[in-house]
Amino acid sequence: MALVNVTINGVSVQAENGALLIEVAKQNGIEIPAFCYYEGMSLQAACRMCLVEVEKAPKLMAGCTLPVAEGMVVRTESEPVVKARKTTLEFLLSNHPLDCPVCDKGGECELQDMTFKYGVGESRFTEAKQHVPEKQWSPVVFYDAPRCILCYRCVRVCNEGMGVGALGVSNRGVYSEIIPSHGDHLECDECGSCIDICPVGSLTSGTYRYKTRPWEMEHVGTVCTHCSNGCKTTLGVRNNEIVRGNNRDRSGINGEFLCVKGRYAFDFNHHPERLQTPLIRNAAGELEEASWSRALKLVAEKFKALAGPKFGVIGSTRTTNEENFLLQKFARTTLGTANIDHHRSGDVVALVDSLSGKTGQLGTVEDIYTAKAVLVVATDLSQQHPLLANKVRANFRHHKAAVYAVTPGPVREDKIARKFIRAAEGESIAAVEQLREDLTKAGDLVILFGDSIQGDKVRQLVAFGESLGIPVKYVCLVDYANSRGAMDMGVLPDLGPGYHATAPGLNLQQMLEATDLAALWVVGANPLKGGKTLASKGAFVVVQDLFLTETAQRADVVLPAGSAYEKNGTVTNVCGQVQRIKKGIETVGSKADLAIIGLLARGMGVSLGAVDADTIFAEIAATVPGYGQLPMPIILTGGAAQTHPVNGRVPASTVPGNISSSRDTLFTTGSLTRYSKILNEVLEKPGALYS
Amino acid sequence: MKQFNEPSPLETRIISFRFGLENSASIDTYLAHDGYKALRKALEMTPDDVINEVKASNLRGRGGAGFPTGLKWSFVPRASEKPKYIVVNADESEPGTCKDRLLIQNDPHQLIEGVLLGAIAVGAKKGWIYIRGEYNYLIAIMDKAIAEAYKSGFLGKNICGSEFEFDLYTHTGAGAYECGEESALLESLEGKRGVPRIRPPFPAISGAFQAPTLLNNVETFCSVPAILRMGGAAYSDLGVPKSGGTRMVCMSGHVNKPGVYEVPLGFPMMKFVNEIGGGIWKGRQLKAIIPGGSSSPLLTAEECDIPMDYDSIAKAGSMLGSGGLMVMDETTDMVKLALRIMRFYQHESCGWCIPCREGTTWLKKMLQRVTDGHGQTRDIDLIGDLAANMLGRTFCPLGDAAAMPTIAIVKKYRNEFEAYVAKNPFAVSDLVSIS
Repeated sequence: MALVNVTINGVSVQAENGALLIEVAKQNGIEIPAFCYYEGMSLQAACRMCLVEVEKAPKLMAGCTLPVAEGMVVRTESEPVVKARKTTLEFLLSNHPLDCPVCDKGGECELQDMTFKYGVGESRFTEAKQHVPEKQWSPVVFYDAPRCILCYRCVRVCNEGMGVGALGVSNRGVYSEIIPSHGDHLECDECGSCIDICPVGSLTSGTYRYKTRPWEMEHVGTVCTHCSNGCKTTLGVRNNEIVRGNNRDRSGINGEFLCVKGRYAFDFNHHPERLQTPLIRNAAGELEEASWSRALKLVAEKFKALAGPKFGVIGSTRTTNEENFLLQKFARTTLGTANIDHHRSGDVVALVDSLSGKTGQLGTVEDIYTAKAVLVVATDLSQQHPLLANKVRANFRHHKAAVYAVTPGPVREDKIARKFIRAAEGESIAAVEQLREDLTKAGDLVILFGDSIQGDKVRQLVAFGESLGIPVKYVCLVDYANSRGAMDMGVLPDLGPGYHATAPGLNLQQMLEATDLAALWVVGANPLKGGKTLASKGAFVVVQDLFLTETAQRADVVLPAGSAYEKNGTVTNVCGQVQRIKKGIETVGSKADLAIIGLLARGMGVSLGAVDADTIFAEIAATVPGYGQLPMPIILTGGAAQTHPVNGRVPASTVPGNISSSRDTLFTTGSLTRYSKILNEVLEKPGALYS
Repeated sequence: MKQFNEPSPLETRIISFRFGLENSASIDTYLAHDGYKALRKALEMTPDDVINEVKASNLRGRGGAGFPTGLKWSFVPRASEKPKYIVVNADESEPGTCKDRLLIQNDPHQLIEGVLLGAIAVGAKKGWIYIRGEYNYLIAIMDKAIAEAYKSGFLGKNICGSEFEFDLYTHTGAGAYECGEESALLESLEGKRGVPRIRPPFPAISGAFQAPTLLNNVETFCSVPAILRMGGAAYSDLGVPKSGGTRMVCMSGHVNKPGVYEVPLGFPMMKFVNEIGGGIWKGRQLKAIIPGGSSSPLLTAEECDIPMDYDSIAKAGSMLGSGGLMVMDETTDMVKLALRIMRFYQHESCGWCIPCREGTTWLKKMLQRVTDGHGQTRDIDLIGDLAANMLGRTFCPLGDAAAMPTIAIVKKYRNEFEAYVAKNPFAVSDLVSIS
């Protein structure tokens, strides 16, 4: 694009022709204050805070909608501008209740900041302000109309960002109010983006309101533990309790996006049913509380006695890479078993095999935002992968991306899709073929596919993609926070770390069905969910988990584990992007899985060396392909970096029935989120948005 | 029921000459009195010729802003691949204005013909007449006229046997003054909340449904058939340079013969009030005139001896606006007038932008307090200051429309505000004004 010369406050700067003045100023270190302007969303020019003086213009101009042009001379701090800002703030505050001392937003309120910086301290008005009672729209969203400055950010983020459009404006003039989709209550994604984006304390969170002040919290930047998208989240921790989750610093792969789980469903962590002491099955067959030392001693002795090929290990989709790495290493070396697996929810193995010999074809979250075309196959992205769905929408909005959807039922992507095809899960590949002509002209493409595309179907899909003659990247969708990491770390019966072939063992299915298993060690998983049983009635079962899950109820020893908010380490998201998680809180009585493995090894008289996240990660970097090349400065400072763990044929075959997604939605719950009070309170039913 | 006031011999009836004819709204009457002659003529002309004729007429928009119509028509990109649309702004809501209503009521076919001429000029095939919700009864009249026009081959396909086709629809507003602003009107027409759009792009480039749209006031369209019939130059000569032709001026207030009168632009304002309007009622003296709807700053009696054309009134510090001329006699309470005007704008502010939403509200509250007898001296300055703070800073002209008359009234009749304050036993003269 052509560059133009613009003078701002006497300083000559160069900018892209047509760029918005407010952005040009920001790039040159000059703040033009604004409320309604929000990067990445449609323009409003409603708040009038950004008025600036432009030479030859008859009146002050709104900087948020003014494209710069050659020779433009702008003053952002001249006397008329300063006066206009003051009066705009005066107008804004005229009906504002000024209840900052009790407002959740106090301390991080944009109106407060602007008033301090540009406003006047006293009001010239004596008339009564307009008052409207506060409303509760949903268990998580409250709206206080008097505080509202009507910047319409919430309306836009809901409509444009989320594709939900649950918010609107009612009434007129000074009586204007934001209203929810159902008049008096909200039915939406309950993502809370509206609360986060609100520049004042008008929209407040049902879980956070009146609990603390922003400056009384510790802010811990970590990664959400729920789905596989790996959103960065900032936990607000006060008195060893997580009181808030958001990402207002817009860091990480998700920017400020978080879904209902990311923003509210951390509360499982403080659930009263959380295990805080080990449990051992007593002579009467009941689980009874025991000390850590007794439980560890018992487990170590049993493990030592039962180690060998009849030992089964089930790893986790939500523990860290370090924990999974150590677990498989411990299982394969110390316990001498090849029977190790985890709940697999997508056939990443077949994908990396299909892409053998090729590089740079695993899509990242960023790719989904920048690709010229996106193809969604056999998945309800907005329900199961809210961040990826958000990026698809953002790509459509910002870059006019061509979106195609091939799904069994209606999905939100239909609304923005150039074409969508309804195809039963078995027929997805045939349906994708119908899009060939469109896709060959797409420029470049990212294909996202769900769990029903597995085994040969993955190979067919990749063959289809490779035959299009355009650059294609692939994302194999998996369910959980570290589903991808568990595979990369080799928690698989036939593949070790980095998808290297190892001596084959039993897979998860086979372990449950085997009748002669001597021991089963389940770390952060719930394979007996949904009424499944363990065929080996006599097996000694050890479960490490946060709650007394169905599997834990079958266990002989249950060891209370720490959640992802209670430990350090790394996780790998659905796109293979490695991020660091940080310890924010502690729960008395629980131990991180890494520590438990270390203690068990010690009990067995085995030395694993130093068992801490950094040391194990160093070992991962040294031994697992793809993890050694990760740019550590980026990861250590809270960024994400993609890993390519393998580049060659993977000698593994997909066993039918062993890979299946849980098909969780935004509101249905897995083994952690079922303990989230707030997720159980929201009104929405799965799929209800589309009915 | 009488459908319009008695005409005055001093009028120049160019677009209102069919008023008072028997069944003036019917197509038969219209055809018997030069009806659709301009259309037949335009069908023989090129679009550029039509636009040039309108340019030559010096016709300026009759809605309020007074933008040259021919120029506006030439902005519509005829070569665009998108469909082109015509939208008629019949959302006549400016206080003191009631001309479009008479034009539709008495001569709806003239509007249809004007729209067709616009359609030829810009290559449009579809149009809407956006009628304000309160003019509900006009919709029946307009729909009947449209049906007649379809039946007689003036709408639909092959109009007058030519290749030209055009479909015209009526659309009602829901009672918002703001929807008279062209971009808010388009939002409303599209079924959205009636709030203004960011401009540019202007409707000529991206209007209804993001397509190039020719949007004009009823009276503007109604003037075009006459222009084509008599020629642009002849029409222009009726008025003064830069303000061609005639205008429907709506005289209301303290005059003996209020009504809508068609006079050439440049007609002397005092002659209009005294001779056409029959002078101030009850033998009283003139105090002030609002020349172009409530949005235009009022002129004191001394300032009123000017010709009524766009530039002369602008020079006097006001606007010809929508042609809503409101006359006030010596007994008029100017503080109450300011309050009445502000109540209107406060009620009609759409709430989109802050200065207008909050400014109109607080001005209304303060003016109410002053008229209630609880005003302080500093309130007078504050009222003027708040209005000045709105002026030029709002998203659309509604804020300016509320600010301008207030500023003018406070400036010109400050003594009346002071009199109100003086009646307040608790008035304090030395309250420190904070700013």
